[in-house]
Amino acid sequence: MKALSQKRRHPLAALALLVMGLMLTGGLYAVVTTMNEAKADTTTFTAQQVEEGEKLFIANCATCHGMGASGSDAGPSLAGVGAAAVDFQVGTGRMPMQMQGPQAREKPKQFDTEQTRELAAYVATLGDGPAMPAEEFIDGGGDAAVGGELFRVNCAMCHNAAAAGGALTRGKFAPPLAGVSNSHMYSAMVTGPQNMPVFNDANISPEGKRDIITFLNTIENQGSPGGAKLGSLGPVSEGLFLWTAVLGVVIGFTIWLTSRTS
Amino acid sequence: MSTAPQTTFEPKTATGRITNFVDERVGGSGMLREFGRKVFPDHWSFMFGEVALYTFVILLLSGTFLTFFFDPSMAETHYNGSYVPLKGVEMSVAYSSSLDISFEIRGGLFMRQVHHWSALLFVAAVSVHMLRVFFTGAFRKPRELNWVVGGVLLILSMAAGFTGYSLPDDLLSGNGLRIIDGVVKSIPIVGTYISFFLFGGEFPGTVIIGRLYMMHIMLVPALILLMIAIHLFMVVIHKHTQYPGPGRNDRNVVGYPLGPVYAAKAGGFFFIVFGIIAFVAATFTINPIWNYGPYDPSPVSAGTQPDWYIGWVDGALRLMPGWFFNIPMEWHIRFPWGVNTLSFNVLGPALIPAGIVFTALFLYPWIERWVTRDNREHHVLDRPRNVPTRTAIGVSGFIFYCVMWAAASSDLIATHFQVSLNDVTYWLRALFFIGPVLGFIVTKRVALALQRKDREIALHGRETGRIVRLPHGEFQEIHAQLDDYKRYKLVGYESPVAEEGIPNENGIVTKKENLRAKLSGFFFEDRVAPATPSELEAGHHHEAIEASDDDKAIKH
Repeated sequence: MKALSQKRRHPLAALALLVMGLMLTGGLYAVVTTMNEAKADTTTFTAQQVEEGEKLFIANCATCHGMGASGSDAGPSLAGVGAAAVDFQVGTGRMPMQMQGPQAREKPKQFDTEQTRELAAYVATLGDGPAMPAEEFIDGGGDAAVGGELFRVNCAMCHNAAAAGGALTRGKFAPPLAGVSNSHMYSAMVTGPQNMPVFNDANISPEGKRDIITFLNTIENQGSPGGAKLGSLGPVSEGLFLWTAVLGVVIGFTIWLTSRTS
Repeated sequence: MSTAPQTTFEPKTATGRITNFVDERVGGSGMLREFGRKVFPDHWSFMFGEVALYTFVILLLSGTFLTFFFDPSMAETHYNGSYVPLKGVEMSVAYSSSLDISFEIRGGLFMRQVHHWSALLFVAAVSVHMLRVFFTGAFRKPRELNWVVGGVLLILSMAAGFTGYSLPDDLLSGNGLRIIDGVVKSIPIVGTYISFFLFGGEFPGTVIIGRLYMMHIMLVPALILLMIAIHLFMVVIHKHTQYPGPGRNDRNVVGYPLGPVYAAKAGGFFFIVFGIIAFVAATFTINPIWNYGPYDPSPVSAGTQPDWYIGWVDGALRLMPGWFFNIPMEWHIRFPWGVNTLSFNVLGPALIPAGIVFTALFLYPWIERWVTRDNREHHVLDRPRNVPTRTAIGVSGFIFYCVMWAAASSDLIATHFQVSLNDVTYWLRALFFIGPVLGFIVTKRVALALQRKDREIALHGRETGRIVRLPHGEFQEIHAQLDDYKRYKLVGYESPVAEEGIPNENGIVTKKENLRAKLSGFFFEDRVAPATPSELEAGHHHEAIEASDDDKAIKH
């Protein structure tokens, strides 16, 4: 220890410290960034599924994403997006996209569950990426209160505290979350579809994601203690309701009270 | 024997004896005679002031109930109530007790919703009442001061609403308080000090809820009560205004006496308003605080808006660009003691539009009186179309307000009409400047057109839709003359003419007088004169000929 304190004014001490700091940061970064990939592809797909998936891909997706999903001007490369991305984008009908726009809109889905799995199987072979969500994290059996806190800190700024959705810039938006399946919620968090950021396992642990899903299930299923929800949109819908319906009824009564029977 | 006049009335029943006892001591029958004979004209648009008064009474009743259970402490606690998604979450006692009112106290949620819905209706009723007063010219002499009292009541009701909105200490209201904190801090030099004084240190601190609570339950309601007392006192002194009509003039009031008809109606109306509020509170959620979670300065929920009456100020903030092309709206100004920041991007939108609206609102009666040199008392109201320029000014201000109001919901407009949020903002920025001007022009033209239509109908009668073919083949539509009562409404109004500047005693038209003359022109130069008796005579004569032609045609 004494030797170290004597050398602290050595001309190269600062350099040594800098190197140590950089190595530590770099090392930690490497660990953190691989945490997500480490869990990739835990589900296995059969070769048959991959083969079927490729056929579907060539017929339906390659126009934009290119042969071998290498990307084109109209769509990004899909190497490394993972099976979870396919599960979300195709499973909710967002892909194939109806038209190019600020973001892909949800619409009736074009492929059934099996076809979606086949496509996912094919895309998963293109490179490591987030796998299909594990059953244990999408059962909705977590802690709703913890999930609520995580949701308010990480999600509410776009999706609204009551998950009623919200606007983003230039026509983009965060959709309302009622009616989204648990599996799709999980996939969305790990893949960051459309304009959503990726919440990888280092950011929110799989248990945390499970809590968030539990919270969303709870508020969706509990009903509204105070009566009709007016869209859970906060003071704007309340004000609109007051100025139209309530004031309308009040005016109706004032007219009745001041009318004469003549 | 005592003196005779005291014993003239001998009540026969027990009730009679008690009331007589009270009356001989407080003179109630005299007051009742005076007030009971106050005449109130009947019109639905006169009842918004009553709605405001009644909702205020409901607010006092439901608010008192809430104070029994609300604890304005910002001490930290862990929620242990029956709402599962918040179980064990760290929060302030204020939020926890608001949740308890909602979920644990019997009838608590209902009372909270009654309180909140009636607060929204209270401010709305005050606003609609003021719009009615403005557009019918009821603010003219002798009611200018009462108009000012009304304006003060509007500001107080907004203050009452905002202080109450912040009390539950949920995420939504905390976000609102943060905006207020930002506005306060943007005041040059002293802003930071005021903010620290208000919040007792750095935002959010641990005292603000308690301070707002005291203002909300004591100071602001007391001021509102005082203002209501002054307001009603002046209404009694001035008597009520009335719409123009045959037999109505500035020296009489045509309507029902307070007792018994009007008192019964008004009393019944209180219960109707209470019933509407109770029904709405029982069936429609308002401010579901459990959705928002406890306040924490880090999260900001999408769709965060204030209640409707603060919306326009929020909207102004949303419309203000941080940069105007390459010019920043936040300036760092060098002083001998260092650099001070002027955040005009916050200060400007927060203060200037509200400043314009309230200054114009308070000064308008005096501006109009100066322009028209009209110093007479007015108890008969104007139909809005008969004062086109005032009506146009009012609509212009209304649109100015509504553009900002809409801007407060720009995000919801974007998501619900599937348009770009940026485009909504750009359009509203343009409308902020163009809207009031367009509104003025369109309203003035509409009012003048309606006046011309009135004049036409007064002169030539109403089109009956009956087409008659005359013997020589001509088709004519029969016009039916109005009866005198209806015609009175169309011709019985004042229509001032634009005035030249009047020289003062030295024979000079001062600059101020010149300005007045210009404004007088602005108000009245394109007026539509009401039909005069001679014009009416001529018009009817013409009609009579047509009618006799018609008679002939039918007789043939």
